[in-house]
Amino acid sequence: MSWAIPTLILVTFLVYIALRLGTDPLQSYLRTNPRATRVKIAQYKAVNGLSSNYVLGYFHWLKNFVTFNWPRSIKGSREVWPELKDSLVNTIRLGSLATFVGVVIGLLVGMFAALKPGSRRDVAVNTVAFLGISIPPYISAVLFQLLFAVYWSRWFGHTLFPTSGVYPPGHTGFDLLLMLKHMALPTIVVAIQVVAVYSRYMRSSLLDVLNSDYMRTARSKGISERQILFKHGVRNALIPVVTIAALDIGSIIGGLIISENIFSYPGMGVYFLSAFATGDFPLLMPWMVLVVASTLLFNLVADVSYAFLDPRIRLD
Amino acid sequence: MAMRRFLSHKAAVGSCVLLGIMVLAVILSPITTRYGVNEQVRKPPNTFLPPSKLAWFGTDEIGRDMYSRLIYGIRVSLVIGLFTALISTVVGCVVGAVAGFRGGRFDDIVMRVTDLFLAFPFLVALLVIRNTIGNIGWLTAIIGDKSSARFVVFLLSIFGWMGVARIVRGQILSLKEREFIEAARAVGATRRYIVRAHLLPNSIGPIMVSLSFAVVGAITAESTLAFFGYGPQAGDGATSLGILVGAAKGAVQSGYWWIAVFPCFALVLISLAINFIGDALRDATDPRLDRGE
Repeated sequence: MSWAIPTLILVTFLVYIALRLGTDPLQSYLRTNPRATRVKIAQYKAVNGLSSNYVLGYFHWLKNFVTFNWPRSIKGSREVWPELKDSLVNTIRLGSLATFVGVVIGLLVGMFAALKPGSRRDVAVNTVAFLGISIPPYISAVLFQLLFAVYWSRWFGHTLFPTSGVYPPGHTGFDLLLMLKHMALPTIVVAIQVVAVYSRYMRSSLLDVLNSDYMRTARSKGISERQILFKHGVRNALIPVVTIAALDIGSIIGGLIISENIFSYPGMGVYFLSAFATGDFPLLMPWMVLVVASTLLFNLVADVSYAFLDPRIRLD
Repeated sequence: MAMRRFLSHKAAVGSCVLLGIMVLAVILSPITTRYGVNEQVRKPPNTFLPPSKLAWFGTDEIGRDMYSRLIYGIRVSLVIGLFTALISTVVGCVVGAVAGFRGGRFDDIVMRVTDLFLAFPFLVALLVIRNTIGNIGWLTAIIGDKSSARFVVFLLSIFGWMGVARIVRGQILSLKEREFIEAARAVGATRRYIVRAHLLPNSIGPIMVSLSFAVVGAITAESTLAFFGYGPQAGDGATSLGILVGAAKGAVQSGYWWIAVFPCFALVLISLAINFIGDALRDATDPRLDRGE
């Protein structure tokens, strides 16, 4: 477990170099402020620690980052943290809802298919899961947008699910129902992927368990089918699934980025792509740190939960 | 045996036929397309015409035939997908074989890096690395600048080999303890010979499976990049599935459904077909797999 912090530092260092090389923060500053004076440029370089020595520059950045002395964004010279915090909250809301819905449905569907392997419903579930895997999130998003933004109101005369934002423009205050309506489509887009992946994991994992010897033993002891399924079957089948779940965070974040951008949902994905398009270094670095840290964190969770669920495995 | 099992997978056979038809349509594009890639179907007004006899799949914002452009787009995407998958598979096989056979520190480092990249959001890594290597002068001299198809193939190959390497490594790890390898070693075969003559040929099943998934991965990744405007650029009106799907983004709000539906449908069909083939290959080549019947 002790590798997490050094890995975080190493990876953020690599990201730092990659971003410095790739977006060239000085160039993007000059692009947005074409008439910056020499003093201004020197000041900007000093604040961001943009020395030509990347190692020094990285440690300068790291010191500022840790002491929460973050430089302002290039475009509009805004504070970074409030913006990052808002988009983080929005994304966590969307991401956890989509993951929860997706995992629950996926596991249930996987169980449903595994109980009667080879049957018609198994084939149907398999085919639908395949379809789900083969539809990239931006395609389902575009098709949903087409359906709900244009055709639903044309056919039925009202909007069922709005296709952009968290609230309609000009709305103030908190309204759960309205918010959920806006979140419905982005959630579905991400959840489709999750359902497709998890139903397949769950199906194969549960099939492995159901064909194992201890299930026969349990049955021979005369325990009811329901108890066998839940106490012995599902619990053991969940072990590999939980581990994969924690490692799957990357693809969920990827799906969120795409879904948020198409539905203009103001989260981390919109934040990232707009900052990336303008090459806004001060905005990008904290975002990257958050994503790298959460990737590592979920890797850690995977290890720990695996050991926790399966006592035969020891962490060293 | 494997062949017969593959043929018993009906969806996969259907997918092969479908892909075959698509490849034929692409190869015979002088016959199958109705207009040039940049040709307008008629004199203006010709923009956003709905599907009709004149243009089967409608026309786009400057009056070009969507049906013909779709075929040109599939051509570019298939080429990018195949080349990326081939490069990734070769690199992945070499790295995976060395890591699995040698073990030790090289294995540790490769697997750690692979884990990290597989866990990291793919799109983010792709975009960041795209900019980084796009700014390295001597490299772009070889692989072309950011908007060329060659560059996209190179970029996608950087990530593509990892999944293959992991599968090949696992396969080699389990094979190298088997008796026939021990026998080969006993008669004095060199390590290089063992890897080349015994280990890799015996891993051909998993390699084929990961090759097919690599093709899907590359095609989807290319279109994801293009969707957000970071893919191969439409120089001289050249196109790809990704560019066509990306154009759909702007067209849906105005209700031009044909711009969105046909490219999306083609992309989904292709990836569905290749996924089915990969799945059938896995079933056919893995003798341990019990399909639950």
